Amino acid sequence: MATMRVLSLILSVLSSVTLLWTQSGECNNGRRSGEAVDTDFSGFSVPLEHSFEVDDVPRFSLRGVLQFRGGREHGVYLAQNQLSEKDRNTLKDVAAVDGLYRIRVPRVSLQADRQTERQAEGYLTTFVRACSLVESHLSDVITLHTDVSGCVVGVSIVTIPGSCRGIEVEDEVDLEVFNTTISVVAPVTAPVPETAPYIERMEQEMEKKGKNPQEQKSFFAKYSIYIVPLVLFLMMSGAQDQSGGGAGGGAANGGGR
Amino acid sequence: MAWLVVRLAISMSLLYAASAVFEDQVGKFDWRQQFIGKVRFALFDTHSQASKKLLVATEQNVFASLNSRTGDLFWRHVDKTGPEGHIDALLMYGQDAVVVVGNGRLLRSWETTVGGLKWETVLDTGSFQAAALVGVQDLVKYAAVLKKSAISLHDLSSGSEIWVENLPDSDSVQYQTIYSGGNGLVFVLGVVPNSHIVIVEYKIEDGEIMNKKSVEAAWMSSLESSCAVVSSGILLCVDQITQSLYTLPLQSAEQTEMRQIHLQTLDLEVVSGFRPVLTSTQPNPAQPPLSEFFLQLSPDHHILLQFKDGLIAPLRDFNPSYLAAFATSGERTVAAVMSPKNDTACSINLFSADTGRRHLDTTIIYHMDPNGGKPNRLYVHAFLKKDDSVGYRVMVQTEDLTLTFLQQPGRVVWMREEALADVVTMEMVDLPFTGTQAELEGEFGKKAAIQDGLLPMVLKRLSSQFILLQAWLAHLWKLFYDARKPRSSVKNEVTIDILSRDEFNLQKMMLMVTASGKLFGIDSKSGTILWKQYLENIQPNSVFKLIVQRTTAHFPHPPQCTLLIKNKDTGLGSLYVFNPIFGKKSQISVPALPRPVLQTLLLPVIDQDYAKVLLLIDDQYKVTAFPSTKNVLQQLQDTASSIFFYLVDSSQGKLSGFRLRKDLSTELIWEVVIPTEVQKIVAVKGKRANEHVHSQGRVMGDRSVLYKYLNPNLLAVITESTDAHPERSFVGIILIDGVTGRIVHEAVQRKARGPVHFVHSENWVVYVYWNSKFRRNEFSVLELFEGAELYNTTVFSSLDRPHPPQVLQQSYIFPAPINTLEATLTEKGITSRHLLVGLPSGNILSLPKLFLDPRRPEVVSEQSREENLIPYAPEMPIREEWFINYNQTVSRIRGIYTAPSGLESTCLVVAYGLDIYQSRVFPSKQFDVLKDDYDYILISSVLFGLFFATMISKRLAEVKLLNRAWR
Repeated sequence: MATMRVLSLILSVLSSVTLLWTQSGECNNGRRSGEAVDTDFSGFSVPLEHSFEVDDVPRFSLRGVLQFRGGREHGVYLAQNQLSEKDRNTLKDVAAVDGLYRIRVPRVSLQADRQTERQAEGYLTTFVRACSLVESHLSDVITLHTDVSGCVVGVSIVTIPGSCRGIEVEDEVDLEVFNTTISVVAPVTAPVPETAPYIERMEQEMEKKGKNPQEQKSFFAKYSIYIVPLVLFLMMSGAQDQSGGGAGGGAANGGGR
Repeated sequence: MAWLVVRLAISMSLLYAASAVFEDQVGKFDWRQQFIGKVRFALFDTHSQASKKLLVATEQNVFASLNSRTGDLFWRHVDKTGPEGHIDALLMYGQDAVVVVGNGRLLRSWETTVGGLKWETVLDTGSFQAAALVGVQDLVKYAAVLKKSAISLHDLSSGSEIWVENLPDSDSVQYQTIYSGGNGLVFVLGVVPNSHIVIVEYKIEDGEIMNKKSVEAAWMSSLESSCAVVSSGILLCVDQITQSLYTLPLQSAEQTEMRQIHLQTLDLEVVSGFRPVLTSTQPNPAQPPLSEFFLQLSPDHHILLQFKDGLIAPLRDFNPSYLAAFATSGERTVAAVMSPKNDTACSINLFSADTGRRHLDTTIIYHMDPNGGKPNRLYVHAFLKKDDSVGYRVMVQTEDLTLTFLQQPGRVVWMREEALADVVTMEMVDLPFTGTQAELEGEFGKKAAIQDGLLPMVLKRLSSQFILLQAWLAHLWKLFYDARKPRSSVKNEVTIDILSRDEFNLQKMMLMVTASGKLFGIDSKSGTILWKQYLENIQPNSVFKLIVQRTTAHFPHPPQCTLLIKNKDTGLGSLYVFNPIFGKKSQISVPALPRPVLQTLLLPVIDQDYAKVLLLIDDQYKVTAFPSTKNVLQQLQDTASSIFFYLVDSSQGKLSGFRLRKDLSTELIWEVVIPTEVQKIVAVKGKRANEHVHSQGRVMGDRSVLYKYLNPNLLAVITESTDAHPERSFVGIILIDGVTGRIVHEAVQRKARGPVHFVHSENWVVYVYWNSKFRRNEFSVLELFEGAELYNTTVFSSLDRPHPPQVLQQSYIFPAPINTLEATLTEKGITSRHLLVGLPSGNILSLPKLFLDPRRPEVVSEQSREENLIPYAPEMPIREEWFINYNQTVSRIRGIYTAPSGLESTCLVVAYGLDIYQSRVFPSKQFDVLKDDYDYILISSVLFGLFFATMISKRLAEVKLLNRAWR
């Protein structure tokens, strides 16, 4: 996480930022896992559109172009334009009325061998409050989520920081270029019950026990270091004051969360 | 260190401690009610006079024996659900009951006294048509089963097949009925619709076809309801188009045509659009049926007719009459007819079947429940009295599935509410305060304080104190009065008037909505039904959503519940508003819902009458508010920009988020589309609104805090792959923020498939799936954490939480299939959580959440021990002492409902399925309650002893001091 932030800082000089495919290319759709990925495929691009209007009726315009690099090393680049003077003013106005800043991407499949059905109908939309975008000086994190078959199912945008404190952004330069971190996230494979390591561990323990028979001491011998001081302590405390006690028991029951 | 170990040992032992009940706690705070469902067949045991057995087979595939004196179950057999366990026919002869199960798959014989299986025979394939007992020379020896293309005869004592014969021309003829009159022959009747009837005669001994003939009957489409066999083998049919009765002797060789008798000649007429029904009776299968029969001409018109010498003569006309049934006792057959008396009552009378004459003093008055449905089935149990007259009892089944057993002159012997066998949804509502408590509440109400001055307030105070004193005295008097009476005579009846909240709010009102459209209000302490309300005209495929809009906390406003009834096909809905304590329909005007309802949303916004606002979103994304007063609309306008809702369209795999606009229209703000060709959305669940989380984080072994990701808007979406191949199928789990549409986490459980059961609560999701590779059930738990520090410590906002949570996940093997899953819920959320797992065996397992913790370590370390983490073990244990319902199993458990009580340690649990079970669970044991066997006497005697000992020793010490001083 920290490295990601450092990386994004370094790259923030440029207007386009790339990040790695966060998963290790685990993008097979289950059906064609055996097939080799199309290597000569050079990638494709889809538009990233945004909308911010004072009347809150979405009218999307081009913000940048998302470039997907095909092949196993999935990566995504975002080449985006600067905000014009007019856009900057509009964005500030929208932020002033607590309007929304929306983005959308078309539904695409990142899987190279599914290019034919890539351009599925419809868009995936999401939003962020315009004020938080302004106050964060256009630094946002866009994440594209894919399903197992590599089809983009959702997009999310957050700004860092994400709050709206009503801070006036004076400097026009701050609202010119987007400082975007973009990534593609595929679903993680959920763990299954781990029987093999457990059995291994049990066997090891059994072996250990078998090897050191002298370790199998009696209960008292084993815990004498605890029991002797305990008994001593009880005796001491019992001798000293008889008024105490009765305070201990309550807490033991309730906990657990 | 030593202390730590001891404390750890104590706490561990407590955590592992059994949650089971002790023997003397059985039935103390739990109860179970067993049901059977909608009755399909009911037969009274007429074998002996003293018999109390009533055999029933129901639509729920239950075969049971009821005690006809009390309505209790003698025994009950619950078969498989669905068509596999469907009970096709129930025949009874002597001590045995013969049942055909699963569309003619099995033939079983049951011993009716104890419910033991005598024998079972697997029948040949083929869809079931009819079954009948076959007698030879006054002895019933066989059972005949008619399938679509074959008939088989079975011996009643062993179940062995005597013979099986294929039916001639079975692909063109629809064979539907069997008839045997005890003369060594079995007749199979079939029909070719709108052409002719086929009659085949089989010899009982060897199944040889003795005769086969076909008779013209161009008007006939089906034999089943329009035909009956009367007298000595006369087939009698009725047709509403030609308004005629047709007769045909089955055995005669010469008559090749059915004889037509116009109903006009009998001065009868069938009401247009009504399909007339013939009912005959054959008291003994070894003898031909009686020559008397009922003809139903309209829904409330029956007529008793007699067939004699080829002629039909009316014996008695029953107009109006709702229901009619024959019953036989010994040699005498009677007919019971239910006729309307007035608007609220019906009278049932007994008539002798052979003459139609009314028996004197046999009227039973049946009072119809004004909140119930109409009677639709009548079962009669006739018996001979000592003076040789015929007495009878009746069982009436109504549309709302109430079974009422009546005896003369109208005393209700027992009643069963079989609608409760199919509970769809439920809620628990706090009981109201008593009058005196409410009086006090009213006194300190805000409004009162402003309006009144000082003096009226003082007076009010005095008067309410006086009322309290009065109530206390009355209570004391009652205690004294009850104490004098013997224990058994003190009645513990619960009535609606004395219902009030108890000290710890352990007694609540259970609201149950059943599939038949009947609502129940049940006292959770005793299981007594306090009110019931039948909603008429409910489509059988309706879905219900029960919403508590106003609780009992807002005296003097009555509590208010709203039931949304939605037709599954059209999506059109309607609202039913009622008072959950008394079951009365509220007079509040309900908004009309002309368009299909997609989503409902209960807002925390309240109107001036303290009712929460319900938003209903229709298919044009327009919002209807209920209640929609000016005040509410104003509040909605003010808060519109922070009201978000989501819609799920599983057919297109689309999840979309909307925001409310000031004019109550909506705008689309986010959209997530999961391609339906790969996976389909099977369930979406948010968190429960009344859930409290006490601790924001977990203390780790190194004393740092791991903060929980407590997003109240988080949705858990479960998907299943469309590919069903065991290697490629998967279950997907997606966590989406319901406000921003941000996918918080997306995981795929490979080689898995549903059905998936899951619970979403606090910062975790637990789900159960079927591992198709290893062929076992597995639990998986996901926990979300913010990390070592909170982003915003004061408030959670989905719009301002930029960092994704850390997700931990672990899976375990669960060694049993499960039916349903729910988590316990307590008032403040301090008590540790348990998962309640409904098993198909009917047990409810209370599984500590401690075992489902993704931080369970592989290797035990000092820190994990400090944190009380159990080392990871792949298999989840099932311990018998974790079953909260010991031997009170709940058949076909379908849902578990949990509700907090006033005690933090206690969670109320209701499990429903075919049965209903109510209990309490104590996930962290009863840490805020003294034990039942707490020794008050010992403690107080020790206290007093110590007190006196101090006094005496003080005195002695003084004396000693004094003596010393003198020395």
